[in-house]
Amino acid sequence: MGGIPHDHYEPNSRGEKWLHRRLPIVGLMYDTLMIPTPKNLNWMWIFGIVLVFCLVMQIITGVLLVMHYTPHVDMAFASVEHIMRNVNGGWAIRYIHQNGASLFFIAVYLHIFRGLYYGSYKAPREVTWIIGMLIYVLMMATAFMGYVLPWGQMSFWGATVITGLFGAIPFIGEGIQTWLLGGPAVDNATLNRFLSLHYLLPFLILGLVIVHIWAFHTTGNNNPTGVEVRRTSKKEAEADTLPFWPYFVIKDLFALAVILVIFFAIVGFMPNYLGHPDNYIEANPLATPAHIVPEWYFLPFYAILRAFDQEVWVVIAADFLTGGIVDAKFFGVIAMFGAMLVMALAPWLDTSSVRSGRYRPMFKWWFWVFAFNFVVLTWVGARPAEGIYPYIALIASAYWFAYFLVILPLLGVIEKPLPQPDTIEDDFNEHYSGDDGTPGSGTAAAPSPAE
Amino acid sequence: MLRKLAISTTAALALSTGGAMAAGGSGYVENYAFSFEGPFGTFDQDQLQRGLQVFTEVCAGCHGLQYVPLRTLADEGGIGWTEDEVRAYIDENFIEIFDDDLQDFRMATPNDNFPANTGVGAPDLSLMAKARAGFHGPVGLGINQFLYGIGGPEYIASLLTHYTGEDVEQFGTILYENETFEGGLISMAPPLWEDAVEYADGTPATVEQMALDVSAFLMWTAEPHMMARKQMGIVAVIVLGIFSVLLYLSNKRLWAPVKAAAKNRRPAE
Repeated sequence: MGGIPHDHYEPNSRGEKWLHRRLPIVGLMYDTLMIPTPKNLNWMWIFGIVLVFCLVMQIITGVLLVMHYTPHVDMAFASVEHIMRNVNGGWAIRYIHQNGASLFFIAVYLHIFRGLYYGSYKAPREVTWIIGMLIYVLMMATAFMGYVLPWGQMSFWGATVITGLFGAIPFIGEGIQTWLLGGPAVDNATLNRFLSLHYLLPFLILGLVIVHIWAFHTTGNNNPTGVEVRRTSKKEAEADTLPFWPYFVIKDLFALAVILVIFFAIVGFMPNYLGHPDNYIEANPLATPAHIVPEWYFLPFYAILRAFDQEVWVVIAADFLTGGIVDAKFFGVIAMFGAMLVMALAPWLDTSSVRSGRYRPMFKWWFWVFAFNFVVLTWVGARPAEGIYPYIALIASAYWFAYFLVILPLLGVIEKPLPQPDTIEDDFNEHYSGDDGTPGSGTAAAPSPAE
Repeated sequence: MLRKLAISTTAALALSTGGAMAAGGSGYVENYAFSFEGPFGTFDQDQLQRGLQVFTEVCAGCHGLQYVPLRTLADEGGIGWTEDEVRAYIDENFIEIFDDDLQDFRMATPNDNFPANTGVGAPDLSLMAKARAGFHGPVGLGINQFLYGIGGPEYIASLLTHYTGEDVEQFGTILYENETFEGGLISMAPPLWEDAVEYADGTPATVEQMALDVSAFLMWTAEPHMMARKQMGIVAVIVLGIFSVLLYLSNKRLWAPVKAAAKNRRPAE
């Protein structure tokens, strides 16, 4: 695969040959597992496995939860309490599922930021990137609908606010909102369809994950240098790569085990730390919570949504130019979806011919500001929209767009990149024989992702 | 490197609780020490039983516990009664529930939940200890909740002990001034007074003692499997920790020849 020369599966026994002629599934699995992988991958390349693990864990725990859950506005909240109290191990399954969503999003954000730093989105991996973005959007939809199911106060009011975004679309918005909700407001019809879709979407994600893996197995992995694996001969390819099994499977499993130690410490000792206390109050359409806050993983985009209020000049200008069609509310919705869109378009907005941020002296700075900016957006998204917070949100939102629309296109023109190693082998050898590397101290001393 | 990862993960987790800071309860909350805090903390069975007594004799007049099955009073790691004691509790307190099939009230059985009680509009207390956050911030960073816990039972205990004694009449309703309750005025009259209950184990029934006992009891009603949960956490952390060490050593050994080759080949180039 990936045009990287390597050994293929050869059926030996009669049984293997019989099957291989009819369905080359063993060959497919062999080639997938033994894919030549750049040997200089650092610890930021472990999150793919973590994400696959999360998806499987969420599907298994979710299937178990649905066996005991009742999607009805009068019974949903009580059925979750039934799971927590009466179902054998129900509390564990539910807390793992609930916190599993947070692990899933932490991993996906680190995975995305790794891609942004090392230029994994650049040619020829644009399709991998686009599919990844689709998976990310589906993940958000799935998580949002899952959060509605326990039918707590934040479930209900979060659903009301988020579906209200669609209501902000001019002319057709109200119709779309009614269609999504199955009625004029969040009610039993909404709960039923959200359960149905919450169960369906993970399988679509699973399908897209397979395509995502197929795509990068076709192009080959990116790596911290951004230099391609040599494809000129099998010998040279083998000097740049190692087979995925066992080298990277064991490495990734080690990382996964460490991450799971932290995960189970959270599930065991503070399972509600990432949740919201209001969701232990049953949904009440007549009592609005003081602050409606989405789950933490939506906060950056929630901050962008709220940042563009009617006092911002671009919003006033848009309102005036479109004759009031694009009002502040709709502008916020456009900004939120636009923020995701510009990220998806990164392969075409980034004009630099150098992939890895390691060899881009100016890009590095802008990237780390972008990463910090993301943390700020997450934080400000949960703060009340008063005092200094709207200004912070506006500046941070503006930087998000500036990064993709101005900084990435310009840097490719004005930046003078540093020299890159000729081959992955050179980079690898230099790392383990250089003064900064500490050979023999194990992979824990591998290149830092924070470089 | 791993340390850096751990720090950034902790920071990400700490930041991400921003959501929790907006929950109800903005008044004064005292950080009481409870026996069930921390990874190794356990419920104090005597305290839970005293708390149940306070709930039964005081709170149950207005509040329900509609999600809590009566039989769970016999669960290990909680109140820890025998099944006979649960039956005796039901009989002694004439716990009746409304039966949908009979369309009438009947005596509860251990398989029923505690009755709901919505007569005077008082909130159900089953989940109260998880539905309130006692600690917040600072500035939405979630650090206090990381250090002290979310503070549900502390909130309840503070609310019960921080009435000022003043009351105000608004639109014909009497509201009582409370330093913990959001907004400062609560419609619940101070429910506890000195010796409101007589503890079977002879513990002096001060207001603070009763408040702490009933808060611990409500933490149990909100999270009845907390002991099992912490045990799972400890076992999982130990097992996965051992697993991590084994995988680390396997990985180190697996890569050693590759790295040695990389180190030796360098000068030859």
